[in-house]
Amino acid sequence: MNKKQFMENAIHGIFLILGLITVGCVLLITVYLVISGIPAIRKIGVLNFLFGKKWASTAAQPQYGIFPFILTSIYGTAGAIVLGVPIGFMTAVYLAKIAPLKIKTVIETAVSLLAGIPSVVYGLVGMMVLVPGIRIVFHIPDGASLFAAIIVLAIMILPSIIKVSLTALEAVPKEYEDASLALGSTPIETYFRVSVPAAKSGIAAAVVLGVGRAIGEAMAIMMVAGNAPNMPKIFQSVRFLTTAVASEMSYAVDGSLQKQALFSIALVLFLFIMLINAVLNFFLKQSKE
Amino acid sequence: MKKIVTFVATLSLALVAMTGCGKADSKTVSTDGSTSMEKVIGALGEAFEENNSGVTFTYNPTGSGSGITAVAEGRCDIGLSSRNLKEEEKAQGLTETVLALDGIAVIVNPDNPVNDLDLETISRIYRGEITNWQDIGGNNLEIVLIGREAGSGTRDGFESITDTEDACKYRQELTSTGDVITTVAGNPAAIGYASLASVKDTVKALSVGGIVPAEETVKDGSYVVQRPFVLVTKSGAELSATAQKFFDYITSSEAGEIISSAGAVPVNK
Repeated sequence: MNKKQFMENAIHGIFLILGLITVGCVLLITVYLVISGIPAIRKIGVLNFLFGKKWASTAAQPQYGIFPFILTSIYGTAGAIVLGVPIGFMTAVYLAKIAPLKIKTVIETAVSLLAGIPSVVYGLVGMMVLVPGIRIVFHIPDGASLFAAIIVLAIMILPSIIKVSLTALEAVPKEYEDASLALGSTPIETYFRVSVPAAKSGIAAAVVLGVGRAIGEAMAIMMVAGNAPNMPKIFQSVRFLTTAVASEMSYAVDGSLQKQALFSIALVLFLFIMLINAVLNFFLKQSKE
Repeated sequence: MKKIVTFVATLSLALVAMTGCGKADSKTVSTDGSTSMEKVIGALGEAFEENNSGVTFTYNPTGSGSGITAVAEGRCDIGLSSRNLKEEEKAQGLTETVLALDGIAVIVNPDNPVNDLDLETISRIYRGEITNWQDIGGNNLEIVLIGREAGSGTRDGFESITDTEDACKYRQELTSTGDVITTVAGNPAAIGYASLASVKDTVKALSVGGIVPAEETVKDGSYVVQRPFVLVTKSGAELSATAQKFFDYITSSEAGEIISSAGAVPVNK
């Protein structure tokens, strides 16, 4: 009996350790980012770093202003949400309420596949098809731009928006809809006046999840956005927070201010993502209540 | 009960196995660095493995800066850099050996009627002083400047040769030679630069000041847009026997043929 008790405790211990590995990783990354991100911000100055408009890390007189990257990340993410959310949301409503089972299966499989495509493939297709396409359609000298990045991001966030909204919509009790239909409203009225409001916190969580995915993406947009550190304009070549870190990290000399500044960018990005996670948790909590 | 014991035992064994990967044995040569040197060093490594059975050659394409850091930290035998070492890097106790020369080709879309530019014009284009192909004998198209990311050996090489450091008005800063070629191939108004060894038929390499980029013109120095491929080692520290053998082999004249077939110009030939 005692032995059994001991084994039971031992197993509990092992599970606890395995669980703590995750926590440990998060702590390690946080501490590491803060420690390596702070020195450059101190040297450059918080205001100069966050609101400086020029980034020239390898110039003879280096300048480390990441305001263009912050704005680009915000604009790019916002643009992806503006394009992606209506499409994703409507698809979810269609799948949850209207679509016949066969069509639903096909679309759901396609959405899952879309989620599984590696981001480098999105980037490659964007580079070969989207960028030249934008150049020709809009008669501009070069198609690699914020606009191209927004389109790629909008497509990339579709799966998370569709799946999470779909789950939320499917969880709406059928009685609500039945009651609405019984009172004489049409099915479409019911979906938008009853089902959607009932699932609204789940849908909000889907949007926040999309924001998180879009702001953290690097590879795909590195291939379509042009990466010049300009202030963002829709058809201008731009650099995001993520791509700013990724494109220079492999070349920055260890211990140089450039490398430290890259860690500082990562820290800023990390704070953004923490904020988004906090918002996500808030919505998820609301949907449970 | 037994199952659990077995599980725990397996787990601990696995952990032991994971920590067991220490420094590789002396039968391996590890190189790390410049992505532009991939073709050259890959061909040399392959030939070396063929001639010496049981030897493993590894190449980690991380970029010149990373390669130099890796050799300084002892994470690889030989670092690869597509630029000369900076003074501060030499001060860290690193030695450079020039393995080969690489021409940097200035590339445009094949549909572009321009075939030749001089260094001064290239410099003015990249500085943003000439913005339309019409001004230099091309079509009426705004010039789209394609470059590499800050820190890239190719960019460093190109900008120092054309005297455009920190002055380039890039439209796009791409992170690999392949991306530059793909982009230039897809845009009739684009101009870019890439290692001569990796230029493909999808783009057109311009002659510079009337000199066509080719092995002979790079070696005799008449084609001016060129840079060195450098092997980086720790000064004073001895290489492992295998690494030393590899080092001697690739700097020998017999390796010259492999280097030139990979598109670069050997210095010891």
